[in-house]
Amino acid sequence: MPEITGYAFPNDIHVHWSLMIVMYPYITGFVAGAFIVSALFHVFGREEFRPVARLAMATSLCFMAVATLPLNLHLGHPERSWLVMVTPNLSSAMAGFGMLYSTYLVILVLEVWFVWRQEIIQYARQSRGWKRAFYATLALGTYDTSPEAIAIDHRAATILAAIGLPGACMLHGYVGFIFGAIKANPWWSSPLMPVIFLLSAAVSGIALLSILYQVVAKLNRRAIEGRTVAALARWLWFFLILTMTLELLEIIMLAYEKSESWHIISQLLTTRLEFSFITMQMVVGGLIPLILLGVVVLMDRYLHDRVRNSLCVASAFLLLLQVFSMRWNIVIGGQLLSKSFRGLRSPYSPEIFDREGILVAIGLLIGPFLLLWIFNRILPIFGDDAHAPAHHGDSTKAPAAEVAAG
Amino acid sequence: MDHPHSPPTPGPSAPPAADAADPGRRDFLGAALTLAGGAAVLLAGAEAAASTEAHVPPPGGDAYNWEEHRWAYVIDTSKCIGCGSCVRGCKAENDVPDGFVRTWVERYIAGPGGSYVDSPKGGLDGFPPVPTAFTPTKAFFVPKMCNHCKETPCVQVCPVGASYRTKDGVVMVDGKSCIGCGYCVQACPYGSRFLNPQTHTAEKCTWCYHRITKGLKPACVEVCPTGTRAFGDMLREDDPVRQTIDHERVSILQAHLLTEPQCFYLHLDMEVR
Repeated sequence: MPEITGYAFPNDIHVHWSLMIVMYPYITGFVAGAFIVSALFHVFGREEFRPVARLAMATSLCFMAVATLPLNLHLGHPERSWLVMVTPNLSSAMAGFGMLYSTYLVILVLEVWFVWRQEIIQYARQSRGWKRAFYATLALGTYDTSPEAIAIDHRAATILAAIGLPGACMLHGYVGFIFGAIKANPWWSSPLMPVIFLLSAAVSGIALLSILYQVVAKLNRRAIEGRTVAALARWLWFFLILTMTLELLEIIMLAYEKSESWHIISQLLTTRLEFSFITMQMVVGGLIPLILLGVVVLMDRYLHDRVRNSLCVASAFLLLLQVFSMRWNIVIGGQLLSKSFRGLRSPYSPEIFDREGILVAIGLLIGPFLLLWIFNRILPIFGDDAHAPAHHGDSTKAPAAEVAAG
Repeated sequence: MDHPHSPPTPGPSAPPAADAADPGRRDFLGAALTLAGGAAVLLAGAEAAASTEAHVPPPGGDAYNWEEHRWAYVIDTSKCIGCGSCVRGCKAENDVPDGFVRTWVERYIAGPGGSYVDSPKGGLDGFPPVPTAFTPTKAFFVPKMCNHCKETPCVQVCPVGASYRTKDGVVMVDGKSCIGCGYCVQACPYGSRFLNPQTHTAEKCTWCYHRITKGLKPACVEVCPTGTRAFGDMLREDDPVRQTIDHERVSILQAHLLTEPQCFYLHLDMEVR
């Protein structure tokens, strides 16, 4: 039984929204954040993001593929989850999930198709047997690679990215809304919540890509583009500043207003969440990367490539921890505090082997990277990749591959 | 709507059940859970039998018509002695799992030097004496339960419509379509809901809907020895509960949230949230 300090309503001592509900916004955060990076190239034409644009889109798709898993693992009756789609209660914020999720998934899959279409056709032509059938199916019967068709691909990708960007923002802002619109819980109830979720999604997505880009480039023995790393660092810094500002603003408002709930929330932050909030979210994951990235952004020209790249990876890693802590502090923190406003529950620690436990959570984090690996085997993320799925010997180097990056 | 000759619905007196319901709370406490369950079944049976005898079929047939009732609840905190009978009665009647409550009793001890609140096991086993660091000047008990709000946040957030409010004003959960997401548990400002660890669905006080639709009172009202709890029909003009709500100074919990609770309190202290 959890220990209670003060007085908690007798039913308030259970943490019903477990580690899986921490994982869910963490994962959709990567979906939205990675999509933002790809949109920076596709929609806003930031050339420096060309080397990560396809990686970002593939990452977004792979995380999207596992996004519903934590929810289903958490539901008391996952076999009934389809009811959310079939008989939604339209007054519920949660009922929109099915619609938002599927819409965004369709956009994402379509965009991936347009971006990789040339390669799909190329492999369909080059391969034999079942591989040929596979790629021919993916090509959806159209083998048109004329310059006009490619121009249409580019335009479609841009338009889809332009639709997908608000889609990704809504998908994730909506997760924040689920918490922000709970008036019963003062630690959640705030119109800032969707914005904070969205900004921290951008942080986590860009941070993940900063690391992934360098790792994948190293694995593929490709040069790491300095300006891409620097650009990622710049945007990461920008979004970090916004996130931290709003995260602090929310608390400062409560404290300054001396709101009814501040008494218990201040206790929550300084006792139960001391490590995860003050140490991790604010200092180790907030202040330190803020300084490190500040160095990269402001003193880039004095930095050696390797120093800059390492600083970026280090801060990106800390930021991944920061965003996880933020999710934890919101989801779990909100349940440690009783709605009696008089008591706090002892800290929650997830089981290791439980259905909603630590091992499953680790699996959920590794899963998307396995999917990414498989994705890369089927549709190489770097166009001239040696992992071309055509037969080892007879595969001709793909000459048009770089063009397809757009 | 008007049932001038219907059996005495609300109010503290319940003659046929009174002796069965008040077997001495020490006995009740001492009895094993099975015994308590058995007692409740007996009690319910006795009451059901009693009410069948006095039952005047409503015009339009025997069937319960939910458009002819609108239930409400009044809790007079000044009468509560913290015996916990209601919590035990509810547990036995509704098979409430251990560690959770559908109704509970809070103890408040307050003075100029501070305040202390507790509710050990929801008041299931009563309240042992507790030393306080300050000198108390007042102490009282406050029974709590689902407020059956009109503008209920829990029904609003249910993604599949498994939570709903009946026409006679009772907030319920359809356990067959609840997906167990827990959103309603988070949305309830009163801590009235929980996820049942056996059924994995949301659960809450139903005002003993299975009883009230048979003309009986909720188990907690039935077993309350002091008349702290009263249950009545707002569509009956002569209903004592309606009289109280209409004419007395009543309060509701967390009024600022505008949930329009249908559970009204008399003599509520400012310490109570």
